[in-house]
Amino acid sequence: MTSALLRKFRPLLALAAVGLLSGCNLVLLNPAGDVAAQQGDLIVYATIMMMLVIGPVMALTVFFAWQYRQSNEKARYEPEWGHSISLEIVIWAVPLAIIVVLAGLTWVATHRLDPYADLIRIDEETPITEDVQPMQVQVVALDWKWLFIYPEEQIATVGEMAVIEDRPVEFHLTSNTVMNAFYIPDMAGMIYAMAGMQTELNAVMNAPGTYVGFAANYNGAGFSQMRFDVKSFGSDAEFAAWADEMRASSEGILTDATFNALSKPSTFKEVVSYNGLEEGIYDRILNMCTEADTLCLDDQMMVDALGGGGLDGLFNRELFAGLCDADDPRALLALIKPELREDPELYASVLLPPQDTTEMRSN
Amino acid sequence: MSDMTANGPQLATESPRFDFHVVEDEHAHEHHETGTMLGFWLYLMSDCLLFGILFAVHAVLGQNYAAGPSPADLFEIELILVSTFMLLFSSITYGFAMIAMQQGSKVGTQAWLAVTGVFGLAFLGLSIYEFEHLWHIGATPMASAFLSSFWLLVGTHGLHVAAGAIWLVVLLAQVQIHGLTHENKRRIACLSLFWHFLDLIWIAVFSFVYLTGVLL
Amino acid sequence: MATSVPDFAGQLTRGTQGAEIAHPFWGKLTWDIFPFYDPILLGTFIVVCIGGGALVAALTYYRLWGYLWTEWFTSVDHKKIGIMYMILATVMLVRGFSDAVLMRGHQALASAGYVGYLPSYHYDQVFTAHGVIMIFFVAMPFITGFMNYIMPLQIGARDVAFPFLNNFSFWLTVSGAILIMLSLFVGEYAATGWLAYPPLSGLTFSPGVGMDYYLWSLNIAGIGTTLSGINLIVTIVKMRAPGMTWMRMPIFTWTTLITNILIVATFPVLTVTLALLTADRYIGTNFFTSDLGGNPMMYVNLIWIWGHPEVYILTLPVFGIFSEIVPTFSRKRLFGYTSMVYATAVIMILSYIVWLHHFFTMGAGADVNSFFGITTMIISIPTGAKIFNWLFTMYKGRISFELPMMWTVAFLLTFVVGGMTGVLLAIPPADYVLHNSLFLVAHFHNVIIGGVVFGIFAGINYWWPKAFGFKLDRTWGLVSFWGWVVGFYFAFMPLYLLGLMGVTRRLSQFEDTAYAAYFFTAAIGVAMIAVGVLAFFVQIYVSIRNREALAVDGDPWNGRTLEWATSSPPPYYNFAFTPRVYRRDAWEHMKQAGYERKTDGFTPIHMPHYTATGVVISALWTIMGFALIWHVWWLAVASAMASLVYGIAHTFNYNRDYYIPVDEVAEIEGARTKKEAAQNSVVAAE
Repeated sequence: MTSALLRKFRPLLALAAVGLLSGCNLVLLNPAGDVAAQQGDLIVYATIMMMLVIGPVMALTVFFAWQYRQSNEKARYEPEWGHSISLEIVIWAVPLAIIVVLAGLTWVATHRLDPYADLIRIDEETPITEDVQPMQVQVVALDWKWLFIYPEEQIATVGEMAVIEDRPVEFHLTSNTVMNAFYIPDMAGMIYAMAGMQTELNAVMNAPGTYVGFAANYNGAGFSQMRFDVKSFGSDAEFAAWADEMRASSEGILTDATFNALSKPSTFKEVVSYNGLEEGIYDRILNMCTEADTLCLDDQMMVDALGGGGLDGLFNRELFAGLCDADDPRALLALIKPELREDPELYASVLLPPQDTTEMRSN
Repeated sequence: MSDMTANGPQLATESPRFDFHVVEDEHAHEHHETGTMLGFWLYLMSDCLLFGILFAVHAVLGQNYAAGPSPADLFEIELILVSTFMLLFSSITYGFAMIAMQQGSKVGTQAWLAVTGVFGLAFLGLSIYEFEHLWHIGATPMASAFLSSFWLLVGTHGLHVAAGAIWLVVLLAQVQIHGLTHENKRRIACLSLFWHFLDLIWIAVFSFVYLTGVLL
Repeated sequence: MATSVPDFAGQLTRGTQGAEIAHPFWGKLTWDIFPFYDPILLGTFIVVCIGGGALVAALTYYRLWGYLWTEWFTSVDHKKIGIMYMILATVMLVRGFSDAVLMRGHQALASAGYVGYLPSYHYDQVFTAHGVIMIFFVAMPFITGFMNYIMPLQIGARDVAFPFLNNFSFWLTVSGAILIMLSLFVGEYAATGWLAYPPLSGLTFSPGVGMDYYLWSLNIAGIGTTLSGINLIVTIVKMRAPGMTWMRMPIFTWTTLITNILIVATFPVLTVTLALLTADRYIGTNFFTSDLGGNPMMYVNLIWIWGHPEVYILTLPVFGIFSEIVPTFSRKRLFGYTSMVYATAVIMILSYIVWLHHFFTMGAGADVNSFFGITTMIISIPTGAKIFNWLFTMYKGRISFELPMMWTVAFLLTFVVGGMTGVLLAIPPADYVLHNSLFLVAHFHNVIIGGVVFGIFAGINYWWPKAFGFKLDRTWGLVSFWGWVVGFYFAFMPLYLLGLMGVTRRLSQFEDTAYAAYFFTAAIGVAMIAVGVLAFFVQIYVSIRNREALAVDGDPWNGRTLEWATSSPPPYYNFAFTPRVYRRDAWEHMKQAGYERKTDGFTPIHMPHYTATGVVISALWTIMGFALIWHVWWLAVASAMASLVYGIAHTFNYNRDYYIPVDEVAEIEGARTKKEAAQNSVVAAE
């Protein structure tokens, strides 16, 4: 109720905050997506709540400074007064009271707006029903562009992404370079994208149109250029048409090789797209093994979890490839390690040759 | 002085006479002495924090072998046990040096300090031997995050012991020149704190890095 | 379209200089390291050369080198070291502020559709240098200067506990400052942001020497800060005048104590963190790499475990300054002394458990994020209590609006806004949209300028007469005040709005010209602040010129604490007789009780000798740092060995202190008596 009421007045509040500076678009307080809208509301509520203390404090400062100025002989003067239990209780209690309320708000809002949690509503009026499947988008931060992989459509794009109005989107994000932050102010708050790690973001866009997204964490020389358009389509058909368009103008299939070429430092003036995805390409990007002869991070972590690869692991790391997907990694490693110590060549003949590891992983 | 109080509040004109001057200043020297020990304790605490962070880093990275060797593959616990005892003995002999110092025996102090130094060097020698061996088999600090944190943690401790050994030699010379003066006694006491502190850190290294590394 | 943001005709590559293999003798040093290609740098370089040359020539001409060396550089007097810290901070303020002007000017142009004048390669170094310099080499030296100068006087001590160490700490800070200044003309500086998150700051993505300048300058300066922290703690614990119990200490001394506890308990974390990053870059270890088991997130955690308490290391002493100024100029006791002390202590403890709020967007769970959000908000309770304490100190007072008090009122009005936006950023979901935005930039400038900088200027205007014996000129002080205060609002209120418009920090090019009006307003604000900075220098110049007219006695403000009990400037032994303390506000009590200064019966005073060791070792460390940055290994080893040998040689010097003869004390005190008598007769005649 109150939230709806405040929502109604939000533009007004925003305007009041800006005063005469009309015409500027405070996108954070008036975004197009429901998640960002709730976050914007939170800013407004919290500000109002804190103004309850800040306002009087500022007024008192000015009033005391004026009232007790030296030239005002009429004002009371008590040079030895420096202590009052009741006043000090108030001094500590007033900020405490505000913080208790804010802390409650924080706890609730943080859990409600957890980027990892599935959305519970599409917008204020529409709760999510069982049959709503969020759109899957896998995002990779590169130097200095964003790669968007659509596993359902089997396409990938650079420099532009698209969503469907009122359909939740589940982003999985990683980076193939330094730490980045993925941010579409109109849609939802930002989340970091880090190499070798995956973060997640759930959001929805509630209006059609073209919006802007960008890297929000400084990442080097091309930082200012690392922007992209977000197209929000009003219907599935429009989105499908966009996907077809992307397929038509594509550079081919996104494979290890094309990805490695793409990941070289550069900025883009034009949208680039790929009309197919090599099996498991996103997993290999996430696990940092698109280059030949590199051990995937998940395999490496599996070896570590099983007690390490031994001294031979120092020189023959790539032999552990595919361990993560084995039916019984422990048994496989136990088989591998003693052999390895005896005779590495024998071991190599036991294990699958490197070119077959991709297949093995996809099982 | 006259007009300083003129515009201030004039309340306590009939307050009892206070003596605002400390004429005898003989405590100053004493203050200074205890200040040094407190200062050195504070330094040790900051050093302790430094090691604390290195331990925390090891706790985070200590099992990231990068598909390489784990502690079980690398550490020769017998050797580490020997070097641990070297350091423990050196702490005991430093204790004897302190006793000799309190008894005012210059030669005794120097002799026990020298023995302490020998044990310290033995510890350092074993550490260097271990590092050399690890480097030789390829377990370099570059090989994995586990090895990075292991080398840095143990290496930092080793550097501290080396610094303590240099300090010890300097102190031997200073005791030789000036005898067991007040100042030298304070310095010996500071190094004693430092030496026992390093021993304590090593116990932690031995338990958390070597022993749990090999056993778990 | 992917982006319509213009590329500056510059290198969009990873890393630049010094990536090549090092020469065995010269390391990475070649003729290419001097940035002749950049007109801005070249111009600055020429100006600095001319200015520096003129300064050196003047010092030589007036034969001042010997004086500077024997009376200042080698001094262990806490007052002289304090002043030298302030001078260092002021010089570095000019550098850091020039960076700010460059950035604001460039962004104003870039947002209006021009390319501006800084390619990203250069712009990114500028904002990194601005942050590092302002925190480490402006704010830190200013507050360390205050703590050094004022605290021993406030507790009635003659020097700090370890005078030589104090000198050494100062020169280590200078050493760090020299290295960071060198990077302007020799090679490059880091382009990573002021906290240099890996992997960006790692060898793969920043192969140049810029990051190495960053690491070595901060490591050397950081060691100095830690040592100074230990020194000042021991001073307060061990050297208080008889009768000065804990709860009789002035609040500034309290905040100094707690600040230095924070320093000793956090700077080792910085040292280790930077050392690990150094190892990653120099040895090839894998602490913060993305592969081979490294963990870049650990760096972010560690650096903020230091970084958040650092915020309070800067603000707490400033709170102490205000706590001295408000009672003095309200002619009244401080309200709520006890709750002020406890508030400070609570802030100290809480500051350790909030660090994660700097990266809510890393994807920690909702429980973790809300925990750190709530602990952050809790800090605003003791801080709020402090604000109320100052307010109720003004209540029923007699407030005279001298310059320090004006800065204080400006602080009260400005800081609460910064505090409010800080709590706003502590709400994780709000932070998701505001993080890394110009809103955040506006917030921390709001607390650092509105809090720390205003406090520094309040403190300078307050204690200047104590240090030099004359007040600062009021007219130019007012110009400086209004320039800074109004300029601040013009410069940073637009940034709050830009943040709400979704504009990120550290951008050097813009797509949208809609922001131009705001960036332009911000640039005007910086121009106003520039007036404030210039007026500050004019204020000092005019005051020195009119020093006879502005001359004061020991207690020009009718102060309340012991630093006002001695002459202005204080004699080098501070107090002829150590004062005895019976009450809080000791000097106020002495005045009320009709204190008469004792003019005979002096005893010899025990004082430390000056020493050159601090200067020499710091100089050697500067060379070592430079050699390490440029991979000139032989020089690094040689200078490290030299500093070790020199340090050991220093310990063989047992002749560290001496006694000032009674005659000399009597002479100095007699001169003071005469001077005061003359001043009093002038006052009487008027």
